[in-house]
Amino acid sequence: MWRVGTVAALHDETATARTITLEVPDWPGHIAGQHVDVRVTASDGYSAVRSYSIASAPNPEKHVELTIERLPDGEVSPYLTQEVATSDRLELRGPIGGWFVWRPQQSEPIQLIAGGSGIVPLMAMIRARVSAGSSAPFRLLYSVREPGAVFYRDELQSLSDQDRSLILTYAYTRAAPEGWARPPGRIDAALVANTTWPSKLVPTCYVCGPTPFVESAAGFLSACGNSPEKIKTERFGPTGGKK
Amino acid sequence: MSSHADYLDGNAAAGELSKIFVMDVTAAEGKCAYCGTTRRFAEAHVYMQCPGVVARCAGCEHVLLRLVNVRQRVFLDVRGMTYLSLDMSQLQESSR
Repeated sequence: MWRVGTVAALHDETATARTITLEVPDWPGHIAGQHVDVRVTASDGYSAVRSYSIASAPNPEKHVELTIERLPDGEVSPYLTQEVATSDRLELRGPIGGWFVWRPQQSEPIQLIAGGSGIVPLMAMIRARVSAGSSAPFRLLYSVREPGAVFYRDELQSLSDQDRSLILTYAYTRAAPEGWARPPGRIDAALVANTTWPSKLVPTCYVCGPTPFVESAAGFLSACGNSPEKIKTERFGPTGGKK
Repeated sequence: MSSHADYLDGNAAAGELSKIFVMDVTAAEGKCAYCGTTRRFAEAHVYMQCPGVVARCAGCEHVLLRLVNVRQRVFLDVRGMTYLSLDMSQLQESSR
């Protein structure tokens, strides 16, 4: 059940988040939006399991990229973002989940809403759209603390510059770039109404972030007339506990 | 909107449940034995900060499922669901 992945590359996304690229020889392939459980075991045998979303599109190289945000009082994330080195081995369980996924055969408009590191599985969907050559129209509303906390900024900009059917909206919660039209603040009903697909287009919506963010974003989508069956959510937060 | 958001959702429990279920449970439909609502397991409210996993109905918060690890045994209690309906086509996809 547990597979072994070897760390092939490390890349810092922000001051507190790092992407780990793993080579997993027996990886069965994944669907954009899925996650894995990572198990780390200390020399005294104590082990801890955490779930992390897959950032990479499905690929034939059996590479799995995880972008991990360091939690200040975390038990596992400081190790994964500061101590893990190339060639180290990590234990993985997965891919996991068949609900919060985007498949290339979906041609309807797609609305993505990310809160902070909730961008990770949504980025896998954006990357899968590119690698599959899909022309499904995508919109991303990305709520993030400040400009320096944005993951994948250059890649997102370049993808949306090349393709008008990928539309990005950033919403800054604490500090916005100079001259930014919207003052920093949480997403609200008006922002969601003005920047997401009209519900009459019947978009499939994917919302990922901390639980309070997901509750409010899903509520705003619903208030705009999107039906609950079209709003898929994934919540994350500290889990803890020895497994 | 919930006033206390200390839960995750069915996606977070899927790794633990993969110990028992061959098929993906997040896309499975479960009927709450208390309020009768049928929803995807991914939508259940899941509490992980306990000695196991507790999944509650997103509609009425009734307990749907409990999973507890005790040394080499796993205890699974699914009394809270009238049924759990799984899509067999998922099995083929996940075993690509």
